Amino acid sequence: MTATLERPTAHGRAEQVRAALGTVLDPELDEPITDLGFVRSVALDDEELRVHLRLPTSFCSPNFAYLMASDAKDALTALPWTGRVVVELDDHHDSDLVNRGLAADAGYRGTFGHEAETDLEELRETFRRKAHTAAAERCLTGWLRAHPDEPEGAAGGVVLGDLAPGRERDALLRRRAALGLPADDGALVLVDHTGRGFPADEVPLRLRRARSTRISVDGNAHFCRGLLRTRYPGSGEDQVDRPEGAEAADVPAGARLLMITPVGG
Amino acid sequence: MYSKDGVDYFVLDAHVALWDARVENRRNVHGKQFIDCFFDYHRNLSPESEHWSYEEYLYQGGDRLMKDLFEDGYVDHAIFQPARLAEFYRTGFGQTEEASALAAAHPDKLTYNHYFDPRDGERGLDGLREASERFGLKGVKLYTADWHGDSRGWRLDDPWSYRYLELCRELGIKNIHVHKGPTIRPLDRDAFDVADVDHAATDFTDLNFVVEHCGLPRLEDFCWIATQEPNVYAGLAVALPFIHTRPRYFAQIIGELFYWLDENRVFFSSDYALWTPRWLVERFVDFQIPEDMTEYAPLTTDQKKKVLGLNAAALYDIPVPEHLQVAHPPAAAEPQAVAVA
Repeated sequence: MTATLERPTAHGRAEQVRAALGTVLDPELDEPITDLGFVRSVALDDEELRVHLRLPTSFCSPNFAYLMASDAKDALTALPWTGRVVVELDDHHDSDLVNRGLAADAGYRGTFGHEAETDLEELRETFRRKAHTAAAERCLTGWLRAHPDEPEGAAGGVVLGDLAPGRERDALLRRRAALGLPADDGALVLVDHTGRGFPADEVPLRLRRARSTRISVDGNAHFCRGLLRTRYPGSGEDQVDRPEGAEAADVPAGARLLMITPVGG
Repeated sequence: MYSKDGVDYFVLDAHVALWDARVENRRNVHGKQFIDCFFDYHRNLSPESEHWSYEEYLYQGGDRLMKDLFEDGYVDHAIFQPARLAEFYRTGFGQTEEASALAAAHPDKLTYNHYFDPRDGERGLDGLREASERFGLKGVKLYTADWHGDSRGWRLDDPWSYRYLELCRELGIKNIHVHKGPTIRPLDRDAFDVADVDHAATDFTDLNFVVEHCGLPRLEDFCWIATQEPNVYAGLAVALPFIHTRPRYFAQIIGELFYWLDENRVFFSSDYALWTPRWLVERFVDFQIPEDMTEYAPLTTDQKKKVLGLNAAALYDIPVPEHLQVAHPPAAAEPQAVAVA
């Protein structure tokens, strides 16, 4: 019905849906919902694109659940060829409330009423900062291990150009971009969310705090991934490996791409 | 008591429950969702040999509890930490009558802690007085994320909470266990947020605040406040079972807790019946920080003794046989503070 000249092929549409959902992050775990296996199903026909999301427990934070579901709806609606987009959250204690709110585009406050006193943007910002802190700690711990003769305090003077290229540095640069922090080679790595470094005598303590943040993020990510696999047998095939914090018990995740089910005529 | 390699350990399980999540006690679908969530935790984190059936998991009763804790589980003393959850279960989740009767029948083995909810207002203050007299309370378990009418949570630093804490002080209820962790509905009254513990611990320095689940999933926030408040303690419920599937993560948790809090403020908890204590005690005694984690010192036998029982025994004045003590007992320790910039 809404087909246009630019409407991509079925394969192209599937790719675009996957890419759009891949931009939606679980803020606390700092990972795309596609990598976490939170996308349960995608069904597409001429009338409608319908996506179901699932979470590790019925009691996952409703504010995060709402945030991911509404981000998914926004990302899919922004695709030029989509018509009606329906995103539904399955098996959550607030499923009915969240799904009604999403269908009506009621927004966070419109959905949760008096319980939603503060804006979600504040919540996002808190976790953006934590994600950045964790990413910086991974890089600096790597740097310290590569320079065993340097004292811990030397981490305070490390700049982006000192970091070895690779996944951890790339991840840090993405987190910095999200906070609007500089990405040039001369920029300090250990900074607060405003880009300010720390006095030398504070560096070990700051690094230590950053470490506990990183441990939290990695630990929660693997716990949630494991719980999802326990709750939905087979869902591990939809997860993408997370090397950070991985342990011997982690089975390699599957590499199955999102399956899109054509429905109706 | 647990013995391994010629060393004897006094075991105090600081967080157990006698719950009833059977269908007939469920008020609504949330009652099912809640126990299903626990059951998934159990299945996800336990060794296969320790998996229970769903039916077994819904309710254990007193006899099974006594066997799992004291006959099979090496536990010398256990403390009930009941969650009310009256919106989900007809007679609540934690079974007050059954658990308190069991504790009364075995005072040397069991301590019954009760709960309060400041949203009960004046009536609840009277209820706390009565409960204190009836059960001889030394502690309470608080569940800030509990639903109550239209409310989906409360904060420890609410004015009404302070009235209850003042009453605790008056009644000699000095151990305040606060559930901060995997939760049911944080939203804006963020039940993960430990900031309210910070305020209360500052204002009630004569009370002990035991943060259950050591703040997971926000370990770092918890460590930060516990560093600054010497009357804040960490309960290892839910954190401990990671020792099986994620030993490196567990090493980091215990390493961070020892760094930020010190070895005198961390408590062993099985969170029975989420998990049984037997395998947790065995694994913890055998556990060591992986060698490549040079940022943490190896755990000593005395540290393990403290965590397994001596720390909580000191807080609850539970007698420990002299030969199970350590050279530097927790009661004599000065809280160690980390300089905070």
